[in-house]
Amino acid sequence: MIINGVSIDATFAEAFPMKATRAIITAQNEKWAMISAQAMTGFATSVIACGCEGAIERVLDPSETPDGRPGVAIMIFAMGGKGLAKQLETRAGQCVLTSPTSALFSGIDGGIRIPLGKNLRYFGDGFQVSKQISGKRYWRIPVMDGEFLTEATTGQIDAIGGGNFLVLAESQPQALAACEAAIEEMRKIPNVIMPFPGGVVRSGSKVGSKYKSLGASTNDAFCPTLKGMTKTDLSPEIESVMEIVIDGLTKEDIDKAMRVGIQAVCDLGAANGIKRISAGNYGGKLGPFHFHLQEIMA
Amino acid sequence: MSALTFTLKFKPTQRVDLSPLVSQNLSGLSLDEISALTLQSGKLKLRVDDLFTIVGSDAQDIVINNSVDNLDFIGKDLEGGSITINGNAGAYLAFGLKSGEIKVSGNVGLYAACEMKKGYLEISGNAGDFLGAALPGNKMGMKGGTILVKGNVGERAGDHMRRGNILIEGNAGDYCGSRMTAGTIAVMGQTGRYLGYAMRRGTLLLWNQPKLSASFNDCGAHTLAFLPILFASFKTLNSRFADASIAFNRVQRYAGDMSEMGRGEVLVKL
Repeated sequence: MIINGVSIDATFAEAFPMKATRAIITAQNEKWAMISAQAMTGFATSVIACGCEGAIERVLDPSETPDGRPGVAIMIFAMGGKGLAKQLETRAGQCVLTSPTSALFSGIDGGIRIPLGKNLRYFGDGFQVSKQISGKRYWRIPVMDGEFLTEATTGQIDAIGGGNFLVLAESQPQALAACEAAIEEMRKIPNVIMPFPGGVVRSGSKVGSKYKSLGASTNDAFCPTLKGMTKTDLSPEIESVMEIVIDGLTKEDIDKAMRVGIQAVCDLGAANGIKRISAGNYGGKLGPFHFHLQEIMA
Repeated sequence: MSALTFTLKFKPTQRVDLSPLVSQNLSGLSLDEISALTLQSGKLKLRVDDLFTIVGSDAQDIVINNSVDNLDFIGKDLEGGSITINGNAGAYLAFGLKSGEIKVSGNVGLYAACEMKKGYLEISGNAGDFLGAALPGNKMGMKGGTILVKGNVGERAGDHMRRGNILIEGNAGDYCGSRMTAGTIAVMGQTGRYLGYAMRRGTLLLWNQPKLSASFNDCGAHTLAFLPILFASFKTLNSRFADASIAFNRVQRYAGDMSEMGRGEVLVKL
């Protein structure tokens, strides 16, 4: 399959079941809601070492938030419910409770309820106030700038992590420009996040390493500087490869995000140095969700 | 199915206990069976059809017409469905209400919504003393749900209240929110003396400055984030509370009752 001179590999991205949650952070203005959201989703690029994958899903209009203030929706994904709950609570406590003017709400009504502000209330040292409004419990925690308002719980649901595609380009600036274009379009899709810095990862990994202590190491088959010294997957003209990783609530959400992302890359086309689109997988043996590039772009 | 309608034939001389006339008791009964149910009135047991003309069949939609103020225990322990009361109601209206809704077009007596658990009670007129309170000697009053009163309420509204909302468009008598454990009472009109007497936790939300006891301390003026959410939850009510223009989030906060636990609050609109 070739789109605008870009070859789409007959391969697939291999993804895994994860647990996900969404939270809504509001503040006096969008600037401070964003600061809090960025803090909460910082150091959350990969479950390999961060404990979770998280990112900002989208900016919310005041009409969409529970308290009518500007807000930001964030999503966090983890391999299990226990880990997710721990990450959510730790991050909420250190990054949202601490952030001036912030308030924190559930972003998923259904699912298994996990603590959001339920345990943060103890920071109130007995001065915290509970309010049950329309069946939802809120905690009002006195803090130095006034009151921190948080919903007690949010929903945890089954989700999918690890959807991905690789952009193979003739130069590093061209690969990055294509990924930026893809991320801009993918961020318009609801229920997905791209957890790596700016949505793009340049250090794609393979399973295993020559060093016993490491479970993952550089994906040498796609490293352009190793073309002459490893079993490479790159043709001579490829000088840079970048990857976009997608976590989403459903397979359909990830399908949609991959489609618009790959399309944005292909729109730049061979004329802008984009040669191939590929994807990362482990032979289909590890992850139950397979995203076939050619089927998605058909 | 049409509403199961009880129309009072005459005003009884004694008080009458109407607690059997709730949906969970009447479902599946024929009109003859309903007519034969007995109601306690003083020492007497009256047949339902001695007092009421009965028409309709939907026990989930009960209507009481020509209701008067000596019909007690209407909607006691109601579990689902609705009761519409055209006229006044006596004491212990919606006693222990579990779910469903009760609407009254007139005034109601003592202990309305006493120890109510969930559901919705709407009173278009005035309510007597001990609205949403606990029975004498009991420690837990209203535990959930919403009470809306469009008129005034008597003394001790929300006494020992544990959870839920009491919304009063008019005035509240003395000891409003006394011995509250939690929950919210909102009063648009004036409040009487000894507001929040011995309240432990809970919120008294007021439109007018009350005369507070010495055991309430001023915590200053604040903009509280939970108030817009609270007001938004009133949007669907048939009430002035649903009007977005009456909502506010800027309040003077008083903490009390310091002679008790002192974790309660009186919030006064600024």
